[in-house]
Amino acid sequence: MATLKLTGVRKAYGAVEVLHGIDLDIRSGEFVVFVGPSGCGKSTLLRVIAGLEDITGGTLEIDGEVVNAMSPKRRGIAMVFQSYALYPHMSVYDNMAFGLTLEKAGKAEIDRRVREAARLLQIEPYLDRLPKQLSGGQRQRVAIGRAITRDPRVFLFDEPLSNLDAALRVQTRIEIARLHEGMEGTTMIYVTHDQVEAMTLADRIVVLNKGHVEQVGSPMELYARPDNLFVAQFIGSPAMNVLPATIEATGETTRVKPQGGALVSVPVSTPTAAIRQAVHLGVRPEDLTLAPAGGDGLFRGVVTLVEKLGEVTLVYLDTGGEKPLTAKLAGDVPLERGTTIALSARPEALHLFGSDGRAIRQRMRLAA
Amino acid sequence: MAQVHSSAPPTRHALQAVARPALKSELSRQRRRSAWLFLAPMLVVLALVAAWPLARTIWFSFTDASLDDLSGAHFVGLRNYLEYVDYGDGTGEYFGLLADGEWWGAVWNTVRYTVISVAIETVLGLVFALVLNAPFPGRGLVRAAVLIPWAIPTIVSAKMWAWMMNDQFGILNDMLQSIGVIAHPIAWTASPETAIWAVIIVDVWKTTPFMALLILAGLQMVPGDIYEAAKIDGVHPVKVFWRVTLPLIRPAILVAVIFRALDALRVFDLIYVLTPNNSQTKSMSVFAQENLFQFDKFAYGSAASTFLFLVIAMITLVYIKAARLELGGGR
Repeated sequence: MATLKLTGVRKAYGAVEVLHGIDLDIRSGEFVVFVGPSGCGKSTLLRVIAGLEDITGGTLEIDGEVVNAMSPKRRGIAMVFQSYALYPHMSVYDNMAFGLTLEKAGKAEIDRRVREAARLLQIEPYLDRLPKQLSGGQRQRVAIGRAITRDPRVFLFDEPLSNLDAALRVQTRIEIARLHEGMEGTTMIYVTHDQVEAMTLADRIVVLNKGHVEQVGSPMELYARPDNLFVAQFIGSPAMNVLPATIEATGETTRVKPQGGALVSVPVSTPTAAIRQAVHLGVRPEDLTLAPAGGDGLFRGVVTLVEKLGEVTLVYLDTGGEKPLTAKLAGDVPLERGTTIALSARPEALHLFGSDGRAIRQRMRLAA
Repeated sequence: MAQVHSSAPPTRHALQAVARPALKSELSRQRRRSAWLFLAPMLVVLALVAAWPLARTIWFSFTDASLDDLSGAHFVGLRNYLEYVDYGDGTGEYFGLLADGEWWGAVWNTVRYTVISVAIETVLGLVFALVLNAPFPGRGLVRAAVLIPWAIPTIVSAKMWAWMMNDQFGILNDMLQSIGVIAHPIAWTASPETAIWAVIIVDVWKTTPFMALLILAGLQMVPGDIYEAAKIDGVHPVKVFWRVTLPLIRPAILVAVIFRALDALRVFDLIYVLTPNNSQTKSMSVFAQENLFQFDKFAYGSAASTFLFLVIAMITLVYIKAARLELGGGR
């Protein structure tokens, strides 16, 4: 049971600041995922929380206590590393027991904890083996087991699945989710660059970019109501289509004219002064549908590429704009390169962003 | 699927059975030929500079060769090693290398010098390596600077230290006297009590960098993340050193120790220059050199050289065997 409170946390290496004042509240028992492109500072933030890196500015509190100057051990955290970081010369058992032997815990107690963690992770048959005799997935379990035996207040995961193959990644992801359910009250912080991991595991996602928090929210909040262009394009795959547009009429609903598209009403209210302003219109590939034959739709263009993935068909459309428009159409859609098609989208599925990249809120989505 | 699997392998095996033997043997014959071709120059050089002189030395150790007349050497059996001379009156005496007190003194000096200096160098080298492995400003410069003693030719450093340790003009005595550690100048290289220590001090000064470099290479193979894991686990740094670092760099240390030990057992130049004609420091190599070239006992010197070779070969074999056993057990 632990709450974390980050207030203006900064981290600089010499003159280079990589975290520019992070404010974050993490509730007890919450599963929080830090996500962002490489170099965004998510791993650094995790290492700052772990106590592996000094905090340059701001405060970090665990359960209301400032822990800036506290050693990792006294913070009551455990960490699972991307590279597993197992002691190569020690057996699985010793790897898990090594950190415990100093805590004055009795031998029997250590043994009980190690065996319990091993049972939980189904690595009991490998307790006498060395890490090099295990597969990647098994090593990862040992690393998680080592963290569990410490009975931490806060669990930290640094890209724990990135060294596993695709099938194992899905399986381990599910196991981590189950682990979190089983360890009631244990706060978990998980770093990844994989948005699928973020979406599936997180209670809340923290999107980081260039050392700033872009948005904090539940996976569905981030997907449905991105605060800004960065989050809009980072969450969701393929990324949201963003087109330069101009406001043609203001009021309760706003009429915009996107580049290479038709005039469209977005259910967002804008002040009269916003008329003729340059904005960005965003629409997710999966929100685009083929306009009925003969209909004009929202966008009209020539198909430049068709990718069939089985359950969906990705269509790339040249609308005369800078970038092709991507549409994700359900099922196997019989389309050929070179044909001209029209795509439409529900007005509620359209996102409007100001020239500064901040979202112009959609009232209808908010109400829903 | 199952059908395909069960029928495919026999066909493929059958094909391989026909095609492989001829193909493989031709290919491996080619490879073997080119391997010998590449090895040949080195083998010739080794035969000329190592095998031939060694064989000659071993041969001379069984003869009565003298430096003036190597070609007129006659086989005398084991006389250079051990011979019982009967005086005819019921008494007799053993002669030869194995009965030579001076030789055994040299063996003892060499072994003592090797054990002490290599032990000190290992500990100091480990300390240096640990320091040089930690990041600090100017580390590259320090790493280069540490190597300087090792880069100086032994003769030069021995002469330099001989002057520093000089009983009348040496800076060492001057410094120790001025801070009051000693009351009278010490003849470091000449006095029987200090001579062996003078040699050890210079050797440690000179070869610790080599040791540090080899151990540093081992340290750099240890993945950094396990130190972070230990930090998270809250393991005391001292315990991390004994339980994590040391076991992981032990192979590197073992290799460094055998390199240095073999070097130390053959020590000649340092002792020859620093403490000439001192029975307290006379090593096996110095003993052999004296007999070979100064006392005109070429065959006797050859016997000493052969014995030295045997001792080193034996120690190496035993050490490698023991170290490998240990490695097998620890891994």
